[in-house]
Amino acid sequence: MLNALDKELLEKVAGLHDMPIGAYNIRKDGEGINRNTTSNIDIITKKDKPGIDVLIKPGTKNESVHIPVIISSTGLTDMVYNTFEVGAGSDVLIVAGCGIHNPGDNKSQHDGIHEFFVRKGARMKYVEKHYAQGEGSGKKIMNPKTIIDVEEGGIVELEMVQIRGVDHTDRIAEIRLQKNARLIVTERLLTDLNQDADSRVTVEMEGEDSTAQIISRSVAQNNSKQKFYFNLIGKNKCRGHIQCDSIIMHNAHVSSTPEVSALHQDAQLIHEAAIGRIASDQLIKLMSLGLSEAEAEETILKGFLK
Amino acid sequence: MLEIKDVSLSLGDDGNHVEILKNINFTFENKNLYVITGPNGGGKSSLAKVIMGIYKPEKGQILLDNQDITDFDITERANLGIGYSFQQPPRFKGIKVRELLRLASGGFDDETDMCRLLHNVGLCSRDYIDREVDNSLSGGELKRIEIATIMARGLKVAVFDEPEAGIDLWSFQKLSETFKDLHENYDTTIIIISHQERILRLADQIILLADGKIKEVTDGEKIMADIAANTRDCMCGQDCRKGVNRNVECIG
Repeated sequence: MLNALDKELLEKVAGLHDMPIGAYNIRKDGEGINRNTTSNIDIITKKDKPGIDVLIKPGTKNESVHIPVIISSTGLTDMVYNTFEVGAGSDVLIVAGCGIHNPGDNKSQHDGIHEFFVRKGARMKYVEKHYAQGEGSGKKIMNPKTIIDVEEGGIVELEMVQIRGVDHTDRIAEIRLQKNARLIVTERLLTDLNQDADSRVTVEMEGEDSTAQIISRSVAQNNSKQKFYFNLIGKNKCRGHIQCDSIIMHNAHVSSTPEVSALHQDAQLIHEAAIGRIASDQLIKLMSLGLSEAEAEETILKGFLK
Repeated sequence: MLEIKDVSLSLGDDGNHVEILKNINFTFENKNLYVITGPNGGGKSSLAKVIMGIYKPEKGQILLDNQDITDFDITERANLGIGYSFQQPPRFKGIKVRELLRLASGGFDDETDMCRLLHNVGLCSRDYIDREVDNSLSGGELKRIEIATIMARGLKVAVFDEPEAGIDLWSFQKLSETFKDLHENYDTTIIIISHQERILRLADQIILLADGKIKEVTDGEKIMADIAANTRDCMCGQDCRKGVNRNVECIG
């Protein structure tokens, strides 16, 4: 079912060399092609629209769910709605991600809406990687929307990575935190050529003592454009911190719009944003260790986006 | 052997041209330890940067083991065995101490070697090896890691720009022992920009650089004795009690 190219895409977006262990659902060119469930994790195809329901039983520990999407044909628009029920007290890793190989000159697009219900005391790490390639002039577009509700004491770690190849992306993340819920978001984005990326993250801290930390790092190269909007809303006694760093190169444009909104006197919210080129003393330092200028630049970017 | 022949350097744009180094001539011999000292703004760091290739001299020549390296860039000089420890090292988000030491040593990542390098600058390897070289490090910690990256390289010429700056007294003792060890056991030509007595005492020769010129080359004991005897002119460049109405221009 999976050819060498599919496997390459899977490796890029999900770190998979072969079929994963645990639950998985692999979707290729708009259709589910492989699925595995475990005694604790069930995957059910939605009846009313394209997509799946992933049901994780309460107390499920140390299990993973891989739900990669690959598109390898040109002119295809794939839209999915996935819903995740992460049972109380469970501890799971969910790896999504989309890889597009567009061989032709027509647009290939993947739009995914992922909705998570992280129940009381559950812990979820969600990794979403986007990657695209292709020989033709067809655009590669990915528009993910992530909605997460974290109940009391839940912990969510969200890792969103887009590295190379995606021509256009509109990324939206909306997260609501209840009492004592904790959120850590790390975003890594690299755009090149004439690509553009638009990323919006909104976190509503509704519960007492909820905390949110967002670390966004991006690199914009050549003529690419990036726009970031972050909004932390503190509706209760809570702590939130956004740290947003971009390296700008060549003729790229980056704009970062911070918003912190406190609706409670004990809400502590911090936003830090910085955009700048690679510092020349960083390049000089690495060159003085024997690296060429190009190697030094690559080392700095690789570390920054790690 | 590193030869500096008639090197001059000006910095700044056309409207505001400042002569930083004026006809510097000096030969740094193998296996010797030199300390360059002198007042702020005298040209010490600029000379170090000219040696590393960070600044291009407008006049003069630089030779390493008789090879003219004047037109060599930073990378080429680094690969010939020249190293420079920054006075204010840059920080790198996402790059760990381990990675920096690996790059410095040319790709080797022997845990024992890294541990030794960090130990020699007074840092516990276990605590630091997987730390990122970012804002989470204090100035003194960063500086010691910077020095470790130079020690990792097995250099022909190692230039240290004010290694004592930002380092606490307790760690500095360990560091001066490390310089001593490098001096005694390796062929590296060591050039240290410093004002620290403990470092000055390690020197085979002390170069006094002020106003872009070499004012004096002497041995460490003499300078120390002069300072102790209070017979040395002040070179602070201002009207102070010791150097009344003198400024650096007048000296020498």
